[in-house]
Amino acid sequence: MTAAIEAHGLIKHFGKTKALDGIDLTVETGRVLGVLGPNGAGKTTAVRILATLLRPDGGTATVTGLDVVHQAKAVRRTIGLTGQFASVDEDLTGMQNLVMIGQLLDLTTAQAKIRARELLEEFDLTEAAGRLAKTYSGGMRRRLDLSASLIGRPAVVYLDEPTTGLDPAKRDDVWDMIRVLVKQGTTILLTTQYLEEADALANEITVIDHGKIIAHDTPQGLKRQTGGQTLEVRPTSVDSLPRIRELLIKFGTREPEQPAPDLLAVPVADESALTHLVAAVAAEKISVAELSLRLPSLDEVFYSLTGQKKKDDSKEAAA
Amino acid sequence: MIRDSFILAKRTVTKMFRNPEQFVDVTLQPILMTVIFVFIFGGAIAGSTGKYVEFALPGIIVQTIMFTSLTIGVNLNTDIQKGIFDRFRSLPIARSAPLFGAVLGDIVRHSIAITVTLVFGAIIGFEFNTPWWHTGLAIVVIIAFAVSLCWVSVLIGMLARSSGAVQGLSFLIVFPLTFASSTFVPASTLPTWMQGFVSINPVTHVIESMRGLLTGNTGVAGDTLTGQLLWVIASCVVLFAVFFPLAMWAYRRKI
Repeated sequence: MTAAIEAHGLIKHFGKTKALDGIDLTVETGRVLGVLGPNGAGKTTAVRILATLLRPDGGTATVTGLDVVHQAKAVRRTIGLTGQFASVDEDLTGMQNLVMIGQLLDLTTAQAKIRARELLEEFDLTEAAGRLAKTYSGGMRRRLDLSASLIGRPAVVYLDEPTTGLDPAKRDDVWDMIRVLVKQGTTILLTTQYLEEADALANEITVIDHGKIIAHDTPQGLKRQTGGQTLEVRPTSVDSLPRIRELLIKFGTREPEQPAPDLLAVPVADESALTHLVAAVAAEKISVAELSLRLPSLDEVFYSLTGQKKKDDSKEAAA
Repeated sequence: MIRDSFILAKRTVTKMFRNPEQFVDVTLQPILMTVIFVFIFGGAIAGSTGKYVEFALPGIIVQTIMFTSLTIGVNLNTDIQKGIFDRFRSLPIARSAPLFGAVLGDIVRHSIAITVTLVFGAIIGFEFNTPWWHTGLAIVVIIAFAVSLCWVSVLIGMLARSSGAVQGLSFLIVFPLTFASSTFVPASTLPTWMQGFVSINPVTHVIESMRGLLTGNTGVAGDTLTGQLLWVIASCVVLFAVFFPLAMWAYRRKI
């Protein structure tokens, strides 16, 4: 297999801030790379360079073998872009937006209309086709954004935080659409703040922070590195907490933590811990209000990768 | 590049028809200005509304076009903020196509505003005392001036942080230029020190050219129609020579 995206030592400064400090990325054709990191880590900067919107200050990058700086126009023919930026025009209808982009991609008006109808159908927007994009809901907007980036049938698609701000049901819709793209053989670079999302969609995950790569692995490998899943239990009565703590010590891989006064959490090696705990809780007739198995949050990933708690970077501009 | 610019110009025009506020800018607003000035101030300024409509209508057209031509900066700034330009930039089109598309689209908007104002003027008694092709030339003159002036707005739009700031700054430029001219009152009624400014204000010469071409009344500001037209051509050349390169520099820096 050949690499659809290849970047070596990408560097980008904004004034004194090093947005990217030597990033290497490789995505094989037809694969999905998840780039995971907090706001301001450099995810968007990396995507903007690979999409020819920014010139790197150092390093090189090719997309389908084409140099993003010297063959920018050819690169633009092979890519599609969706995300925080690269928006559609809110004052045009869904249909008008897609037809305009089709025409700009050198389709004739008739071809552009056919392609637009196809995509609107595929993304369940046919009924909203004649409405201004500003009247769309958040989920519809994302679907329109996504269809706008697919008009030219790009070989490589960048999805920059495609589900940020969507509720879980809408998020699942977007995930399904991304899976369809993968099936069609599209190479995807996906940035996200959620390990869960990268885990659900990506073949490999690169974790970046402050413009540097701090981990690169398969989702399974990364979960192993970061303590896998966490079991959380909230008993109906706080009196049961001591007993639950004892059970969690038995099934967990570490000392349980108490994130809230009535909640206990422990990292576990695999899913079977959940079954064991449910059986134990049922046998001892302990009443439980909430019991869940979840992937580590971004904070926890950083905690286990760097050994230090992540400071709140969310106010930093997502440069 | 040319095809892309036309596709993007169509976007500007489509948006105008889809958005009441932008449509009002080029239809209702010039009509409203005409009604206000002709029927409210006309009697006081010129003795009768009939006389005043002859005087004021060319000025109202110029003022409308000036305000319309400065919205390009606001629109471009908004497009950049909202990420629409990033979408365009990710497409294999010329970098300047979105800019030229916006300018082309604005020419359509100007033409609508001019037509609406002239037709409304004719309805309320404006008399065209000149050959028909003079009216055509008047339209060319005002659009040429608008296309030369719009680069000032493009430059502001590229440099300012928010579209609100672009709007504020543009108004700061357009207001004195339109009012300190012979738009609404003969320059001779202004204080002497202001007349100095009015006589070098390019807007004055654009208005006088329009008056000359539409009504045949030349020489209000003391120059022949040819003289006024030469002033306008010179203004357009200077505006274009100074602000087109600056605007393109700012645009390329940003895009």
